[in-house]
Amino acid sequence: MEYEVVIGLETHAELSTLTKLFCGCSTKFGVEPNTQVCPVCLGMPGVLPVMNKKAFEYSLKSALALHCEINKFTNFDRKSYYYPDLPKNYQISQNYYNLGVNGYMTIEVNGSTKKIRIHNVHLEEEAGKLIHPEEIGTNYSLVDFNRAGVPLLEIVSYPDMRGVDEVDSYMQTLRKILLYMDVSDCKMQEGSLRFEASISLREKGSDKLGNRVEIKNLNSMKAVIKAIEYEVGRQSKLLDRGETVARETRLWDAVTERSERMRSKEEAQDYRYFPEPDLLPVLIDEKWLHEIKGTIPELPLDRKLRFVEVFKLSDYDSGILTEEKVFADFFEECVKILNRPKAISNWIINDLLREVKDRKLDIHNLPIKPKQLASLIEIIEKGTISSTIAKEVFSEMIQSGKNPHAIIEEKKLAQISDESLIESIIEKVIATNPEAIEDYKKGKKNALSFLMGQVMKETKGKANPKIVNELLKGKVGV
Amino acid sequence: MKHLELTSLQIKEKILSKEIQAVDVIKHLFEWIKETEPNVQAYITTTEEESLRKAEEIDKKVKNNERVGLLAGIPIAIKDNICTKNLLTTCASQILKNFIPPYDAFVINRLKEEDAIIIGKTNLDEFAMGSSTENSSYKETRNPWDLERVPGGSSGGSAAAVASNLAFMALGSETGGSIRQPAAMCGVVGVKPTYGRVSRYGLIAFGSSLDQIGTLTKDIKDAAVLLQVISGHDACDSTSAPVPVPDYLHGIDSGINGLKIGIPKEYFADGLNTDIQKAIKDALGIYEKLGAEIIDISLPHTEYAVATYYLVATAEASSNLARYDGVRYGLRAGSEGGIVSMYCRTRSEGFGNEVKRRVMLGNYALSAGYYDAYYLKASKVRTLIKNDFDAAFEKVDCIICPTSPVPAFKIGERTNNPLEMYLTDVYTIPANLAGIPGISIPCGFSREGLPIGMQILGRYFEEKRLLQIAHTFEAETNFHLKTPPLKDPRWCRG
Repeated sequence: MEYEVVIGLETHAELSTLTKLFCGCSTKFGVEPNTQVCPVCLGMPGVLPVMNKKAFEYSLKSALALHCEINKFTNFDRKSYYYPDLPKNYQISQNYYNLGVNGYMTIEVNGSTKKIRIHNVHLEEEAGKLIHPEEIGTNYSLVDFNRAGVPLLEIVSYPDMRGVDEVDSYMQTLRKILLYMDVSDCKMQEGSLRFEASISLREKGSDKLGNRVEIKNLNSMKAVIKAIEYEVGRQSKLLDRGETVARETRLWDAVTERSERMRSKEEAQDYRYFPEPDLLPVLIDEKWLHEIKGTIPELPLDRKLRFVEVFKLSDYDSGILTEEKVFADFFEECVKILNRPKAISNWIINDLLREVKDRKLDIHNLPIKPKQLASLIEIIEKGTISSTIAKEVFSEMIQSGKNPHAIIEEKKLAQISDESLIESIIEKVIATNPEAIEDYKKGKKNALSFLMGQVMKETKGKANPKIVNELLKGKVGV
Repeated sequence: MKHLELTSLQIKEKILSKEIQAVDVIKHLFEWIKETEPNVQAYITTTEEESLRKAEEIDKKVKNNERVGLLAGIPIAIKDNICTKNLLTTCASQILKNFIPPYDAFVINRLKEEDAIIIGKTNLDEFAMGSSTENSSYKETRNPWDLERVPGGSSGGSAAAVASNLAFMALGSETGGSIRQPAAMCGVVGVKPTYGRVSRYGLIAFGSSLDQIGTLTKDIKDAAVLLQVISGHDACDSTSAPVPVPDYLHGIDSGINGLKIGIPKEYFADGLNTDIQKAIKDALGIYEKLGAEIIDISLPHTEYAVATYYLVATAEASSNLARYDGVRYGLRAGSEGGIVSMYCRTRSEGFGNEVKRRVMLGNYALSAGYYDAYYLKASKVRTLIKNDFDAAFEKVDCIICPTSPVPAFKIGERTNNPLEMYLTDVYTIPANLAGIPGISIPCGFSREGLPIGMQILGRYFEEKRLLQIAHTFEAETNFHLKTPPLKDPRWCRG
């Protein structure tokens, strides 16, 4: 039978605030265990949470970017479950009044766009981390509470995705949006961006949803895709045999590339949600909302489409330029200085990105400024240096941070356009290579290229090739 | 040498005027504690050495004419559910039998800033769950007026300590009447401030939307000065209100002329002890004589208060007490058999029966499928109860009613009937649900010679007005001056 795949994603993104959601502890990643803790994030008796305003604003910003309706009255709820990494044995989260609801995100798949609806966006606190000793025979586990209380944004999509292409695009697009807004560093390897998928199958053409299976423990985008592919295979086999798919939660194993059942629907936890009495509800007025809206930058997909439209760049190039906000900003700043979008785009894509990759540069701290790239391109267009020399200059700019003019001057790389000087060099080259002239006259056209090469060699590549070419042709009498 | 019977403000005056040294007050007090505490059993922990050290510090300041705080040299007892840095804080529970907080509660910081001397931590019902202090897992506190009776609860240790001069003043906490009710039963003044008036930071949570720290004192002026010190906004408690704190002592004796007193008919129904009924009636007579107008009012949703309270408070408690799991602090009852066994063993051994009962009730009320019928419904009824008070306070300035339907009962009398025990809070619970302030003051004695308390309820943040109203009565009567029979002849015979 032919099936339609129905997929929804739950995303958790740690917000990149300096301090935790309910206390003043640092959120720095990778430090000595239990060194960024206090009575509040350890859930000691008598302590109380106080909301981190920045975290709330980041959440609001994200919800707005995902076109959510903002609940003007929002509050927090306690989600209860026992786990040793959860200090209070309840998580402060949102259940009854999520801060954002009914949104959508536009994704692009194979050149066309699709809206994936967002069910809700809410803010909650992160749990700590269990550390299981590796030695065999130990009968204990350790808990690191450094992460406990880090603000965590949860984004729940509707089951609107119909295949792994869409899932992939959803994850990439969401990641890009969060990065663009600077609300999360989205480092999957550090766990600051995580996905959970729910998958069901139904007969093609049917509008009834099948039994849903949730997959957890997906540590990379690749794992998400693999787990979904595995699950689609597993469910279709079951359905083909006339069996039903059990509603359950499964754990993905990235090593064996299989999932295993974690708990059935019947074993699902009762979280006993109720409003958090230690925090006041948050009332969001128009003024605040307006301020937050003002901080949302143009989002990646919109920006890409604008680059195609306004700068007449290709879809592919625009995509690369807008992949990271830093480069899109760099591009636009260059264009503001020098209106040569195509040339600038080429330099960024072919040269800047390669240097960044080769030299592992920090993209938030690039050694080259937009003004410098613009002046380099300007110099090329004026004919002061050839494009070959320009590559050398660019590389030097990256290494030293110097302006192109300074480098050209220092290394005497300026192009030779003085016709009499070039003419004298050509005469010298012809004099030392008489056989080349003979060859040319016999019809060997590439002899001219040879002479051209010799002239460039004499001038260390600085002679203006256009002038050399013309003069050379005159000399040999074409 | 009658100074242990003095009020806090009186002893402070004597210390400041160098008539007596703070160190001597502490010495006398600890002699008295050694003698009387075995009978009353008000304290879980006492801090004699530290108190003496602190007293010396204050004497030195006084001697050098340095500025001293509002509570300079006053020995104060703290209910043992308020966190004190480096000082055992048990909540009267075995699960916290070794818990030494690395932080002070907001109120403790304030007391220290004002030079109070913390002399010990008082007994309570485990996690403040109870109305008689019998649910403590450490000791049975007795009522100083009759050692066979309970002091009330849950701040029974604090109330008994103040009543028997084992402390000059004390902090307690309320969730459903735990200050006012023991104050009434022990014949002292108990103030439950407006929810949000005093920071809860460091108060070990029972029912977070109801919990509030308050005072137990020998008279109204002491209550005023202590409330002055602990009130005010705290950035560490999101529910503490940024409302300015007035000077509570200033104008406390400005009288009650023209005061409109509401008498809710629902509070004088069946089950009210006749001695108490009479004492309140007499008290109202005094107010009338002093120029107040007595107005009959109705608080129609009163009958639902106890049921509402036991849903809201237990639901919140079930969640607040989830953190006691043996992982990070407190009791860990063996770790064999994995984490779930450890949780079960720790909580089974660490919690007493009443706590377990309420945690189970609360978890049930919050379970999927029951939330709407119980917790959500209770929250709505709570709003109705609030509305009752709002409507009443449009007509009257304050409400006067009994604090407790019965005087102190015998130890063990009600322990086998939780429902009957819960009903002793029937008059105090509505104020907690609404969040309004209330004061209980001594207003008479029963035929058996047990103290009777009258409570005065007021509008949000009108503690100052309540103190004025209470002080007017106190100035006209002598009930607050009577002391229980167990007083020590050495300090009390002048």
